[in-house]
Amino acid sequence: MIKVIQPGLQTTVQDHGRIGYYEVGMPPSGAMDKYSYTAANILVGNDENAAALEITYMGPVLEFHQDAVIALTGGEIPPKVNGQPVPMWETLAVKAGDQLSFDFVKQGARVYLAVAGGIDVPLIMDSRSTYTLCGIGGLDGRPLQAGDELKIGYEVKHQVKIGTRIQDELIPTFSKTNEIRVVVGLCSYRLTEESKERFFSIDWTVTPEANRVGYRFKGERLNFVEREQPFGAGSNPSNVVDLGYPIGSIQVPDGVEPIALLNDAVTGGGYATICTIISTDLNKMAQIKTNEKVRFVAVSIEEALQARKEYKDKVAQMKQQLQLS
Amino acid sequence: MTRYEYGGDEFIFVELSESMSLEANFQAMAITKQLREEKLPGILDICPSNASYMVRFKPEDIHPDKLISKLKELEQSVSVDDFNISSRVVDVPILFDDPWTNEALMRFRDRHQDPTSTDLEYAARINGFDSKEELIKAITDYPYLVSMIGFVPGLPWCYQMVPREQQIEVPKYVRPRTYTPERAFGFGGAFAVIYPVQGAGGYQLFGIAAAPIYQKEQRLYDFKDSITFPRQGDIFRYRSITMEEFQSIEKQVEDGTFRYLTRDITFKPQEVLENPKAFSDEVLGGLYA
Repeated sequence: MIKVIQPGLQTTVQDHGRIGYYEVGMPPSGAMDKYSYTAANILVGNDENAAALEITYMGPVLEFHQDAVIALTGGEIPPKVNGQPVPMWETLAVKAGDQLSFDFVKQGARVYLAVAGGIDVPLIMDSRSTYTLCGIGGLDGRPLQAGDELKIGYEVKHQVKIGTRIQDELIPTFSKTNEIRVVVGLCSYRLTEESKERFFSIDWTVTPEANRVGYRFKGERLNFVEREQPFGAGSNPSNVVDLGYPIGSIQVPDGVEPIALLNDAVTGGGYATICTIISTDLNKMAQIKTNEKVRFVAVSIEEALQARKEYKDKVAQMKQQLQLS
Repeated sequence: MTRYEYGGDEFIFVELSESMSLEANFQAMAITKQLREEKLPGILDICPSNASYMVRFKPEDIHPDKLISKLKELEQSVSVDDFNISSRVVDVPILFDDPWTNEALMRFRDRHQDPTSTDLEYAARINGFDSKEELIKAITDYPYLVSMIGFVPGLPWCYQMVPREQQIEVPKYVRPRTYTPERAFGFGGAFAVIYPVQGAGGYQLFGIAAAPIYQKEQRLYDFKDSITFPRQGDIFRYRSITMEEFQSIEKQVEDGTFRYLTRDITFKPQEVLENPKAFSDEVLGGLYA
């Protein structure tokens, strides 16, 4: 069992996500940076879909009440065991009574803590991921609180040697300025050509509204092509007849402050969507903080698929390195 | 002209029409039903929406361009004429002009088109009704097709089954509210909705539903198979109720005995499109028989 002494800013149980319920309006939730999450599970020998903790900006203080094998990956929020710094991206052993805590965030935004055996919470609609808006999944459908007790599961696929480390070239680095690749499409026909061009040529600043639901950006106003609004859409030029929103899609309500929809977002609504962040760059998006800069880069569907293939190859390489494939 | 668009590397978005119509909704329903029956490998989610639909897929199993070709074929081959919808007619009790949504909408007057009136008064005026009572009558006289589910789990977009000239249309709030009570009955564009859970929202607020449409504990009979109640293709009749009936339903919900009044129905889009008035009389007659 793991006891929560301090919960941190927002620490939730997440796995690969609740897939297959989008049509009833259920977003997938799940780990926002899937690459780091997957690496953490691999390092402790778990199934790749095992539930882990997603730690945001400010880490929790956790006390282990049993010996455990753990791994910490993701953004740089330096971890300590009993006050002593411990490495990230490495298989670690902790003893009953050990306390895990964190320093202030240096780079990135989210850390993943995997425990061999997985975090044991009930499966809700095939997933252990926390979806706080509806209060389902994870631990009672909410972020961790002081005093919570987390059970550790028993499902371990491989024994991984303590001290095993992900190769340096497979460890991502994080920056305060970022390029995020998108595929243009959806209702992009609603933006003027000039605004489309501006969208890709300025640095957007992440606002304080940046969480698991979505990220809002500050930059400049974008304009929509003038038209008589179609029946049923509503009167604002950014309105469309309510439609489905892909995960990672970007909309610009009223032309002010684009919003990228992420893991816990609404699944549909009445704003024109203009492009979609490619799946591999959602991992990068998850490690970006308020006030950091983002430049959007348009790529073709083939480039997006190529990036996806390179991502899969990297995960395969990671497993191969640990001889788990 | 139908638009086929990539939504990144995992989604295809298909816009059948820019404007809302029953025809476009029935077409989206028919295509997505056929797609579901074909059980193609690599399809993760099939989401019909109002005048469009969306498919989530695994590009390792099916290339997006191959999926688009398949969807274009379906657009050609699937006809709304020989399509049957099997769903439910549901009596949905609403307390209009209630104290809870009133409190919420008064808090956000600065985000509304008309800060000096209520959402009901404003909507009645811009739709040419003499009073809010007349607007409520127009909303409750004819049933709605549940044309899309989403936003949050179980939220039904409902489109009234009346000719275009009789449709009620209202703008969304100038800036969305940060708070909407659970079960609030709202209207935006040409759509009526019930908010399943408390949260943000931009629709005009007219009232509150007496019974839940989302229940994660699954205590009520209507939630035994799913935490969400509405399904696309359902026919909802919004019925105006008194505070007394509202409180009595709340009590039944609390003690677990509440069940929605429903009738199973199978119908063809043509029946609705050709004579919405006759169709509506028939389904309401059947529901309350």
